[in-house]
Amino acid sequence: MVTVKVTETTSAAAVTQPSPSASPPILAAQDLTIRYGEKPAVVSVNVAIPENRITAIIGPSGCGKSTLLRAFNRMNDYIPEARIDGGVTYRGRDLYAENVDPVEVRRRIGMVFQKPNPFPKSIAKNISWGPAINGFRGDERLLVEEALKKAVLWDEVKDRLNESANALSGGQQQRLCIARALAMEPDVILMDEPCSALDPVSTARIEDLMYELKHLYTIVIVTHNMQQAARVSDFTAFLDAGRLVEFGETEQVFTTPKDKRTEDYVAGRFG
Amino acid sequence: MASAAGSLAIDLDAKRGVRLREGAVVASLFTCALISILTSAGIVIVLFWEAAGFFKSVSLWEFLFGTRWTPLLEPRSYGVLPLVCGTLLVVAGACVIAIPTGLACAIYMSQYASDRTRRIVKPVLEVLAGIPTVVYGYFALTYVTPLLQQVYPDTLVYNAASAGIVVGIMILPMIASFCDDALRAVPESLRLGALALGATRFEVTVQVLIPAALSGIIASFVLAISRCIGETMAVAVAAGGTPNLTLNPAESIQTMTGYIVQVSMGDTPHGTLGYYTIFAVGALLFLMTLGTNLIADRVLHRFRETYE
Repeated sequence: MVTVKVTETTSAAAVTQPSPSASPPILAAQDLTIRYGEKPAVVSVNVAIPENRITAIIGPSGCGKSTLLRAFNRMNDYIPEARIDGGVTYRGRDLYAENVDPVEVRRRIGMVFQKPNPFPKSIAKNISWGPAINGFRGDERLLVEEALKKAVLWDEVKDRLNESANALSGGQQQRLCIARALAMEPDVILMDEPCSALDPVSTARIEDLMYELKHLYTIVIVTHNMQQAARVSDFTAFLDAGRLVEFGETEQVFTTPKDKRTEDYVAGRFG
Repeated sequence: MASAAGSLAIDLDAKRGVRLREGAVVASLFTCALISILTSAGIVIVLFWEAAGFFKSVSLWEFLFGTRWTPLLEPRSYGVLPLVCGTLLVVAGACVIAIPTGLACAIYMSQYASDRTRRIVKPVLEVLAGIPTVVYGYFALTYVTPLLQQVYPDTLVYNAASAGIVVGIMILPMIASFCDDALRAVPESLRLGALALGATRFEVTVQVLIPAALSGIIASFVLAISRCIGETMAVAVAAGGTPNLTLNPAESIQTMTGYIVQVSMGDTPHGTLGYYTIFAVGALLFLMTLGTNLIADRVLHRFRETYE
């Protein structure tokens, strides 16, 4: 019953998508293991993220999906006890090689967090700050406008660009955070449960936005909401206890899962 | 069934013994609180009462705007400006030393130091805060002043600079510790958000964390200034006892606190006008520290960024 319902919502998003092999992977994890102290959070994961598609990472709480996501732009560097084995490549380059500057990595691979985290600055400054510190010398007003338009926030805030970002609603703040990431013109945007702190209306807006953006960017989204994964993503990776159980086109993962655990999870029987 | 319910009736009645005990606890705690408030109020009242006596003989105008302070020598003159100037000179010197160093120290501790380093550095700083201030005074006199005299030979034995430097060292732990707390209170999500935009740690600290923690940082500066104004022993020992309206830190000066110490310790007879000067100076000192503390309080509340 549940599976049928999910299928209906999936079909709209996945109708024109080619198979994984059609586009070359932009990010890939090879035999990736991440430990916090002794406790492994991600175990021997191999996954290839296709370019200009939305890839969802789903799985029960504590399965390592956020840890895997953070490995893609080296945000795990800030968790002191995290240890990484195996590799992550971005367009063929090893992100964990000795001479790689994590700052450069994050300029190309942006991130949107679980809770909206606008800076305590004006709306415009929130957008222009990232490009400014990275040497942007163009027209700041244009940059702000473009980013806000891409994030479908422009019409709501165009008259109060100099007001504090903290005055916005939660959903607006999250779209501002997306706009902030977009202003960096990244290659990839990682989203870590971007809607978990938002109401259903704001969630729907963010999902629409992701659908708009996937023509321009590669998006990887971690979500605990299976309906959301089914609605927005082209590909789905299912993680359980740190291991990649299944990876494939979203429609296939949700309708004809190859693994019994995936089937149980998407059917809502655990997790 | 009815009888069973009756025998199991729950006793919810207030117990007399418990109530009395609770009442006694509340009463004694209230008394303790009252004593501390009454003592403070008493001190302030005495201070202003005695100061009022002083102002019967000397006009407020002469006191506040006079430029000579010689209450114990002929010709007597009661202009407090040289003392205020001496105090501010020491405060300025201390700020020049302590604000940049303290903030840098806090940035290092909160953003760069490993947990192990922090576990060593923070207690060491707190030890620095525990050194008796008179020790700082002699440190200034016997170590800092000779050093200053090597750099600038005209430095007097008692001088404002050495006092400012040691008071700066004295308030450094306070600034470092408060700023460290303020920077750590900025939500981690903000820091990660900035890092995820390809900012370096220094850019994140200076452009995101410091603005976000600004209220706490400024409040720590103001509280430190308040502490400098009130600081007594170190300046009494190191700065000298010459009320001097000067901005030259190499000269000998006297601060407001230094003057109060001098008169309290000296042989000025009680009841004379010279004796009452210390209450006038004390009242002014009180108003200055009260003012800075109120400013710190306002800054903390007014400019606090609110986070969920």
